[in-house]
Amino acid sequence: MAAHEIEVILARQLADSLTVPIFLTDNKGTLLFYNEPAEELLGRRFEEHGPMNLETWSVIFDPQDEQGMSIQPKDLPLVKSLTQRIPAHGSFYITGLEGRRVYLSVTCIPLIGEGSRFVGALAIFWEITQL
Amino acid sequence: MIVRYWGTRGSIATISPDTQLYGGNTPCVSVAKDEHLLILDAGSGIHRLSQAKYYTDFDEIHIILSHLHMDHIQGLGFFEPFFSAESVVHIWGPPSAKHSLQARLSRYLSPPLFPFTINEFQCDLHIHEMHQEQFILGPFEIQTRYVCHPGPTLGIRIDTSTSTCTYIPDHELYLGSVNFPHNPTWTTGYDLAHNTDLLIHDAQYTEQEYNQRIGWGHSTISQAIAFAKIANAKKLRIFHHNPNHSDNQIDQIMTRFVNEKEIEIGVAKEGSTEELP
Repeated sequence: MAAHEIEVILARQLADSLTVPIFLTDNKGTLLFYNEPAEELLGRRFEEHGPMNLETWSVIFDPQDEQGMSIQPKDLPLVKSLTQRIPAHGSFYITGLEGRRVYLSVTCIPLIGEGSRFVGALAIFWEITQL
Repeated sequence: MIVRYWGTRGSIATISPDTQLYGGNTPCVSVAKDEHLLILDAGSGIHRLSQAKYYTDFDEIHIILSHLHMDHIQGLGFFEPFFSAESVVHIWGPPSAKHSLQARLSRYLSPPLFPFTINEFQCDLHIHEMHQEQFILGPFEIQTRYVCHPGPTLGIRIDTSTSTCTYIPDHELYLGSVNFPHNPTWTTGYDLAHNTDLLIHDAQYTEQEYNQRIGWGHSTISQAIAFAKIANAKKLRIFHHNPNHSDNQIDQIMTRFVNEKEIEIGVAKEGSTEELP
């Protein structure tokens, strides 16, 4: 049982302290945590399902563009941050696990620690109607 | 493996009659096996090691710096082997995002803070930058991991074929963990301390003191004990003593933990030695 990287742990601490929704993955894209404000949009408490791999979370919320077309996982901002190690931003619809469709603005950053260690990525997102 | 404490005090040296028992020098711990010597941190305690000429029986000297706060490097300029052309000294430590280890050390080891520069050391000096690493030095397998403390700070685990010592002198467990102490995978330093024979860990504060200093990078004694328990460490040595605590105060604080039976808890005492198999 290995501990997570310190940057990931501190990012989770930050997410726990903020009232904006945050979604946190490790460097393989495994969802490690999302905070309470994110639970409201995603429709389920994180503890109900626990960690989730990229292949699952990138489709389970049915991301769609403004024309209602499905967005391929590789085109999601968080997947871009994970694969290209760059900040990425986008706006799209998801359907929460309780069935509520929401339009989100999402900004993602790669987490790169001391020694250029790529340890994960986090997404901060917002329901557009709240802007 | 012989572990010897040359400096156990945190933050600032506090040499006084009130700190004679546990010591007033800042962090320096030696780990020796056969002809190999590791020196963990170079606080003012390294001067005591130097005065004792403890290094003379060893082939090479490796100084491993957990981080570069002043209390962990202030003794560097007073370590005799640096001034002997016959000495071979290795310094290991973390660089920062934009500055090399040598550049960071030179901020202290140069005028006006110090009379000359690191380039003027006469020994055969080798500086090794270290992030999260796993490497072998003689009989020691060394593993480092970043832990929660302001600035790049490494915890250090030293394995030999027969025993393990973990040194995490500065570590804020409460900020560096989620739901502490109930979630090992979300606790910084856990991998280093897991199943270790001897855990030397930051325990600078009482709970009351910590509440005034959250974010300063240190743990409480009870947090260090809880960490040792979840990591299944066999022995815990309370370390990085608060410079405001006298020996009597430390003894008084420790009476709260006399009923802890799961692990052997002791206060690291300057000048003391302990032997691991």
